[in-house]
Amino acid sequence: MSQSLQITAASPDPALLDLPWHLPLEDWPEETLAALPRGISRHVVRFVKLSGRVIAVKEIGETVAYREYELLRALQRLGVPSVVPVGVITGRSDVDGERLEAVLVTKHLQFSLPYRALFSQALQPQTTTRLIDALAVLLVRLHLTGFYWGDVSLSNTLFRRDAETFAAYLVDAETGDLHDRLSDGQRAYDLEVARVNIIGELMDLEAGNLLETGIDTIAIGGRLVERYEELWTGLTDAESFDTGERWRVAARIERLNALGFDVGELDITTDIGGTTVRIQPKVVDAGHHSRRLMRLTGLDVQENQARRLLNDLDAYRAAADRQGEDEEFAAHDWLTTVFEPAVRAIPRELRGKLEPAQVFHEMLDHRWFISSEQNRDVPMSEAIESYIQGVLTHRPDEKSVLGVDTAVLPRVTE
Amino acid sequence: MSVSSMTRDTPIHDGSSGTYLPVKGFTEMATVTFDKATRVYPGTERPAVDALDLHIEDGEFLVLVGPSGCGKSTSLRMLAGLEDVNAGRILIGDRDVTDVQPKDRDIAMVFQNYALYPHMSVADNMGFALKIAGNPKADIRKRVEDAAKILDLSEYLDRKPKALSGGQRQRVAMGRAIVRQPQVFLMDEPLSNLDAKLRVQTRTQIASLQRRLGVTTVYVTHDQTEALTMGDRIAVLKDGLLQQVGTPRDMYDTPANVFVAGFIGSPAMNIGSFQVMDGAAQLGQTRIPLERSVLATLTPEDKSHITVGFRPESLEMVTQATEGAFAIKVVLVEELGSDAFIYGELVGAGQAAKDIHSGAGDAQLIVRVDPRNVPMKGDTVWVTIRPGDRHVFSASTGLRIPI
Repeated sequence: MSQSLQITAASPDPALLDLPWHLPLEDWPEETLAALPRGISRHVVRFVKLSGRVIAVKEIGETVAYREYELLRALQRLGVPSVVPVGVITGRSDVDGERLEAVLVTKHLQFSLPYRALFSQALQPQTTTRLIDALAVLLVRLHLTGFYWGDVSLSNTLFRRDAETFAAYLVDAETGDLHDRLSDGQRAYDLEVARVNIIGELMDLEAGNLLETGIDTIAIGGRLVERYEELWTGLTDAESFDTGERWRVAARIERLNALGFDVGELDITTDIGGTTVRIQPKVVDAGHHSRRLMRLTGLDVQENQARRLLNDLDAYRAAADRQGEDEEFAAHDWLTTVFEPAVRAIPRELRGKLEPAQVFHEMLDHRWFISSEQNRDVPMSEAIESYIQGVLTHRPDEKSVLGVDTAVLPRVTE
Repeated sequence: MSVSSMTRDTPIHDGSSGTYLPVKGFTEMATVTFDKATRVYPGTERPAVDALDLHIEDGEFLVLVGPSGCGKSTSLRMLAGLEDVNAGRILIGDRDVTDVQPKDRDIAMVFQNYALYPHMSVADNMGFALKIAGNPKADIRKRVEDAAKILDLSEYLDRKPKALSGGQRQRVAMGRAIVRQPQVFLMDEPLSNLDAKLRVQTRTQIASLQRRLGVTTVYVTHDQTEALTMGDRIAVLKDGLLQQVGTPRDMYDTPANVFVAGFIGSPAMNIGSFQVMDGAAQLGQTRIPLERSVLATLTPEDKSHITVGFRPESLEMVTQATEGAFAIKVVLVEELGSDAFIYGELVGAGQAAKDIHSGAGDAQLIVRVDPRNVPMKGDTVWVTIRPGDRHVFSASTGLRIPI
């Protein structure tokens, strides 16, 4: 029996209706597709051009599709870095009335990079560990909100450049579950799955000669566990000290800020005699620096980009001798006289290469580099010119990297 | 009673435990014991799993089944170490694992992750977890070869996954769990994201593979057909409480209470609440005589009522004159070739007809009829319950009354 097409979406784009829903995803015509996805996936996934954007369409069972849609929406509300769900489409059937699988539609995350794309570029030696560190931060953030992932892996994650590091985003929530609070068992299992998956994925790159030689894949998997545990302990452990050492409360908050987290709620208890104090962070929110930059300038960037921009802002205030004045005023002037002119200097055709904040970060790096090379303080305008000519022009476009040429293995369940 | 009628499309598993062909290298097995295991979520009053007592034998395929929110997945996750156990214990073999980390429990969650790696051979795709664990090469190769034999993948071991069919790739994914030789396999609704056709195919594969391996398996599903066709034994849960555990045959033939009676079987059992008058269950003009032993169990709490259940295939079309016959007006006819079912309403019962319904929830009776002699929509047919095929439950407690 043929059923009518049903679209569930928070703010549906009418253009969705024009897509060839009566065809199995595998047969979608090339002119609709933004690119063929590459890599390993359990399901058929296609990237599609829609109203000037790119969306990802995944064929998946109906109940699972709705479940993942709701989970991704919940993660959005909780402010966890994850792909943005667009909607679920059910009731598909082909021209013969044969039922077709439901699909989950998500927005493609601009300037995001699949790990396979990162490995196919000329790799900085540190890239692998930076990816792992980013994934550790994401996993801690997810676990803090009570999200159990169930299938943590590099391929279920997207990476965005974040100053000299990366920021990780959750892509696939199919196996996930949202709880009030995770048990230690759930966290441990998630971490173990992550470790084994990552090593497996790196071994696969190794087998395909896509990994630098001499990389210890097992040690990299171990690094995730270490980084995760370090961060988790730093964020959640209780500490006790003498009542006289109350400065340690402020020190703990500063330590958390340095890790990029704000303290939303801190438990402070004293013992009955009043000689010792015990503190334990109860609610911590990631994004300490990006929130501060947002407040000062309205710029919405990633955590480490924000750190870099804030440092430049501080340098600007020092140079202009404006440290005594309200931060907001100096920030406004920095935005209009330093940041915006730099970003506007990028020729339009080069703007798809990197995000503005990332470009600014690289300009700062470049300025430092040529300054030390020429042994003089190169002015920003000159540095920008040199960066655009010498660096940015030669970079690949990263606005919509949808995959790289590795073997495609769609769904193993057919 | 015909076996094929139980689930319409698939033969029921007979619950026999004597069919294992344990393969060399896969003989390490274990029992699983839930000992009054309880899980209470913070901020809730009612336990999600309430003092679960369940013993699973070596090599057994046990299915946890029940409606959503019944506690089946929570029970499985407690066994996996993913949920804290607030009271009671969980044992694997003789070992108390209640406070053991998931990765140290020697269990494998099957189907959690089945992405295959394109650049690695099939053998490496199956064995990479052992390599990570530091097993010697020769040992890995042997385990992979053993698993491949069972999975019919021997000749593909040195190929890349790309060269495999969909079904073969899925078996490679299964092989990953098998080579680890865990003591227990755990599967949580593994078929839920497959389409109907593939689900039937895969469920047969899993069941036969499990029997060849003989590894203790706990399988969670909300689908009673899956439970009946796959499990050696089935444990039915509702509201965190174990309702009944037994072979598919036990569950089908002697459900312990009204809930199990209505939940197990497709189409579902017809269940009605009858007033007891003059030694018989009475609903409108329908009169079902009751045994003296059944009548003796009535208590004041029952308020002279009794619950009677009968399966669609336990009804027989008869003439009006037959003792105990009652009339059904046919509302819908469903012909399936080998089988036919009529859906209808009890005639002459007035408002009381609402008190009798199919266990599936619809206010209709279901009767299996001879596919060569199917009544028409709108007809009135007379049926009786075959002797011995009647289930009786206490109106107040819902518990089965033995006849």
